[in-house]
Amino acid sequence: MTSLAASLQHHFTDFKQQKESAVLGMWSFLVQEVMFFGGLFLTYAVYRSQYPQAFHDGATHLDVVLGGVNTIVLICSSLTMAMAVHAASKGHRGGIACWLLLTIFFGSIFLGVKVVEYKEKWDHGFIPGISDHGLTVDHETHQARPTGFALYFALYFAMTGLHAIHMIIGIPILAIIAINGLRGRYGPEYYTPVEMTGLYWHFVDIVWIFLFPLLYLIGAH
Amino acid sequence: MSASASPEIHPEPDHEKHHGPTVKMYFAIFFALAILTVVTVLAARFDFAPMLGVSMGGFANNVIALSIAFTKATLVVLFFMHVKYENKLVGLAVVSSVIWLSFLILITISDYLTRTSSWHLFN
Repeated sequence: MTSLAASLQHHFTDFKQQKESAVLGMWSFLVQEVMFFGGLFLTYAVYRSQYPQAFHDGATHLDVVLGGVNTIVLICSSLTMAMAVHAASKGHRGGIACWLLLTIFFGSIFLGVKVVEYKEKWDHGFIPGISDHGLTVDHETHQARPTGFALYFALYFAMTGLHAIHMIIGIPILAIIAINGLRGRYGPEYYTPVEMTGLYWHFVDIVWIFLFPLLYLIGAH
Repeated sequence: MSASASPEIHPEPDHEKHHGPTVKMYFAIFFALAILTVVTVLAARFDFAPMLGVSMGGFANNVIALSIAFTKATLVVLFFMHVKYENKLVGLAVVSSVIWLSFLILITISDYLTRTSSWHLFN
């Protein structure tokens, strides 16, 4: 119980007040994250409205199956994350670690698929500034790409890249929380770090829920 | 936890110690999210152009895709992120983020779409 008592900071009345402050603080951070990603979504909206055909053409070069599988994988990781928070609220030490390990597993699969996709874009020369020989001319038909084609891929890498960075930051945090969970740091009275990590992870899932249709599905028909 | 502490801050009675969604509900949300993912892929493959014309058909695809995405996001926020079970201040923070984002996008887009003098640059 000493560790639990130490978890209550002196400026809070009780655990409930401390937790409510943490939840509101975490949400303030997430609102800021919404605006952070919002700038990219705005840029996407502006340029897609200017170059609808180029965005359509760009999207046909993405693999809808890989994107769809990754969407399901990320939803799985959100479920296991929610189950980890649930296990923490019940005080199941092993449960926290097992569900968080599953969350890390699904998150790693997502990033692995992303690596395969990025590699394919590299081979086709769709990476602005690094391997961009395919952005100006179609090597198969020798026709020039439509104006805005490079913008689509610039936004594809900026948006999925920023999303992937969030996951790369999230996975070590999940690992730390899993270890602390095994050590018995969290119980029904105090599991705020597990829940806050969950909020972050679910937010990353929500970003992908919007990225998938906006980047992958606009060239589907 | 002392039961008498700060009753003003928590006007709603704490009827359950661990209020929140059940395991069954988490799995139900998961399946709803998975089904909506399949629906959004199928809807994107459907071509509305013969029915509504090319521009309205594309618009219909966008509206359907974004509506499904917002539905999925709402399910995640309410149940996985527990906002349905938090106090109303948290809900206000969530709604404010959507409102500010819509200001950002709507005002900028309305500017771009009404710049008639520069349309020739894009068409």
